[in-house]
Amino acid sequence: MTDDPPITLYRLQACPFCERVVRVLESYDLDYRSRFVEPLHSRRNVIQRESGKRTAPAIVDESTGVTMSESANIVEYLHATYGDERAATDGGEPGGAA
Amino acid sequence: MDLDFDVVSLPDVDHVEAGDTAPDFTRPLVTDEFWEDASLDDLVDEGPVLLVFTTMNGAFPATYTWNELRDRDWEADYDVSVVGVTISDPYDTIELIRDRGIDYPVFSDPQNGVAAEYGVVHDLDGMTGVTEPRPSVFLLDADRTVEYAWVAEEWPDFPPYDEIEDVLPTA
Repeated sequence: MTDDPPITLYRLQACPFCERVVRVLESYDLDYRSRFVEPLHSRRNVIQRESGKRTAPAIVDESTGVTMSESANIVEYLHATYGDERAATDGGEPGGAA
Repeated sequence: MDLDFDVVSLPDVDHVEAGDTAPDFTRPLVTDEFWEDASLDDLVDEGPVLLVFTTMNGAFPATYTWNELRDRDWEADYDVSVVGVTISDPYDTIELIRDRGIDYPVFSDPQNGVAAEYGVVHDLDGMTGVTEPRPSVFLLDADRTVEYAWVAEEWPDFPPYDEIEDVLPTA
């Protein structure tokens, strides 16, 4: 793909946890691509390969090398990495940017 | 087919022809595991593309066409990527890819806008409000220049596979 965005979001259509992540990505104007997977867990091998789990959402952030699932974790990561809290967590305190 | 009656002819259309620059577009591109927005340019950047418009998934022309393209496995012998276009939705198209056992990605275009840009819209009799592409095949080089075009003139009509194979760029 031309101009591959660094962040790939694996998502399920109409999944509220995925939309929660999208909202945060958009709030920080982050460029990301959406890969939609199927509802059946058995059909989610691509996520399994990427993240080790079959749950959506999952993100892969090539700019930091981070792969992550669970929306609460992802949201926390995005805030810490791209948000206003960045300055506070850049010191590497526990629970900061992974 | 050897039939004792005339197969229905489709009206002449003003479609994209050899020598034209094929229109670029972006649609969800379905693979066997997921779908994501992709543009035609993303694909031609990688090399020549054989863009194959079929009937909706489930109609026999789509089934036969994908079976034939799977069996011919042109990507093994030629410098070409086979890419489909269908009006079927991504969920149905991911099933098509599995059912036909094809390695080719397929653009899902339920509104049939891509066919409109290529001049190959087919309004389906008896399915009010539903249009799909007329079966057609376009060979595109890296600049999206059309090297070869085939558009169905009858209903049904199938791509002239041998003729297409003759114009595929060698690897």
